[in-house]
Amino acid sequence: MTDDPTRRLDEGALRALVPRVLAGLVRRGEDFDAAEDALQEALLEALRVWPEHPPREPGAWLTTVATRRLVDARRSEAARHRREETTYAEPRAGATEEGDDTLFLLFCCCHPDLAPTSQVALTLRAVGGLTTREIADAFYVPEATMAQRISRAKRTLHGRRLDQPGDLAVVLRVLYLVYTTGHAGRVDLAGEAIRLARQLTLATEEPEARGLLALMLLNHARLPARFDTEGRIVTLDRQDRGRWDTREIAEGVRVLQSALALERPGRYQIEAAIAALHDDAASTEETDWPQILAWYDDLVALTDEPVRQDPAAVLGRAVAVGHVLGAAAGLRETDRLQDVIGDRHRWHAVRAHLHGLGGDLPAAAAAYAEAARRATNVAERDHLVRQAARARAAATAH
Amino acid sequence: MPKYLLLKHYRGGPEPHRSVPPIDQWAPEDVEAHVAFQHHVSELLEENGEYVDAQALAPARTWVRYGGPEAGPVTTDGPHPETSDLVAGWWMIDVDSHERAVELAAYVSSEPGPGGEPMYEWIDVREIMWERPRTTDAA
Repeated sequence: MTDDPTRRLDEGALRALVPRVLAGLVRRGEDFDAAEDALQEALLEALRVWPEHPPREPGAWLTTVATRRLVDARRSEAARHRREETTYAEPRAGATEEGDDTLFLLFCCCHPDLAPTSQVALTLRAVGGLTTREIADAFYVPEATMAQRISRAKRTLHGRRLDQPGDLAVVLRVLYLVYTTGHAGRVDLAGEAIRLARQLTLATEEPEARGLLALMLLNHARLPARFDTEGRIVTLDRQDRGRWDTREIAEGVRVLQSALALERPGRYQIEAAIAALHDDAASTEETDWPQILAWYDDLVALTDEPVRQDPAAVLGRAVAVGHVLGAAAGLRETDRLQDVIGDRHRWHAVRAHLHGLGGDLPAAAAAYAEAARRATNVAERDHLVRQAARARAAATAH
Repeated sequence: MPKYLLLKHYRGGPEPHRSVPPIDQWAPEDVEAHVAFQHHVSELLEENGEYVDAQALAPARTWVRYGGPEAGPVTTDGPHPETSDLVAGWWMIDVDSHERAVELAAYVSSEPGPGGEPMYEWIDVREIMWERPRTTDAA
């Protein structure tokens, strides 16, 4: 490595090339599976060669090396599959030269025939350019398991027509899933999801793609304040707002405004708007709950039967109702959800919060304890146990 | 993606659906078939990309507690009531959903017992809590 910035190997820039090169190979008629393998090999080669010999055209370099790998692979197969080879090399009918590469690849990786775990793994590798090892680390599974998951997913795609427009809603769901999975080890999945969502917004005008990016940014901005130095959860109302990332908030708001201007609202835009209102409050007391409630009204109006189809939105709305109309009204809203999500920790945690808001500390303590018993996340469980103990101590002190 | 333990027990759990004698009293070919099935489950999980870990535990158990500031650890190895749970081992899996974990547990429970007939063994399905902090705010 040298200090000359033009010669320094930038891993981020390298990975940004991945979707473009891969899409180029697939559009040319290469099989997705084989092309993806060849590109992975080319990337390893690049990491080895580029520090000493930086290419003038990195994208073209990767395409050339990956193509060479594909030719080699085909040649070694040729003896056994001589007849297949001719069809293999023919461009697939209907493959289009137009449209954006990132979007094209996201549609491939988020194919509706794949299970969510496979969609996530394939997206991170083929679009994100992460190695199998990194993805395995991020999900705490053995590398062999992740390798198998990826190759099965690619086999599922084998022979599928990849020229149809995909389902953007699935792509958005997969990216949000990557975001909420968080970060582990040296792979920051939240950051990766934001990077991919940003690429997606360059590829499509769809306002919901921008809504998703805005939602991630506006949530991610609060990350530095979400945990104390001991790693304990700090709830929104107690966070040190001075530690929020104002640059991310500004970008999130800007992206959200450009989405809302298109006047085709959707769930991600609405959720981003709610996040923006929280981010906008200088203190928890200044939170504009009436406006948050108005957005929640829009959110639950997106489904015909919100209690069944979108209980998370109804639950979020119950909190807003509690802050605007009083704790009792909020609790009544949660009653409607008991049959649907009454066994989930969040339902109990929200009721505990509302009981606390209404000053009923014994009920709050009991509900926090119920929530703690149902938590599936260690940090959350510990937080809920602490809340229960705090409420109980405060109740007996009175 | 959620992870689960599929726990097998030497004893404990609900009333057995099928009572079987201890494995050392089975016909040799039934023992072979049973062991082969355990390997097959691991291979299947690996092929599916759902495998995380598999372990077997020896049945001998030692209970240990703190003995106090001036004393060493206090141990006991029994006697325990015959109904107490004794874990025999597990598969750790990483799957799409709780439904998938239940499906796999039912498959594990179909393992062959005496006469090559399914064991119908109760499998204890336990979700593993995420260590990782979330990227959205908690309630």
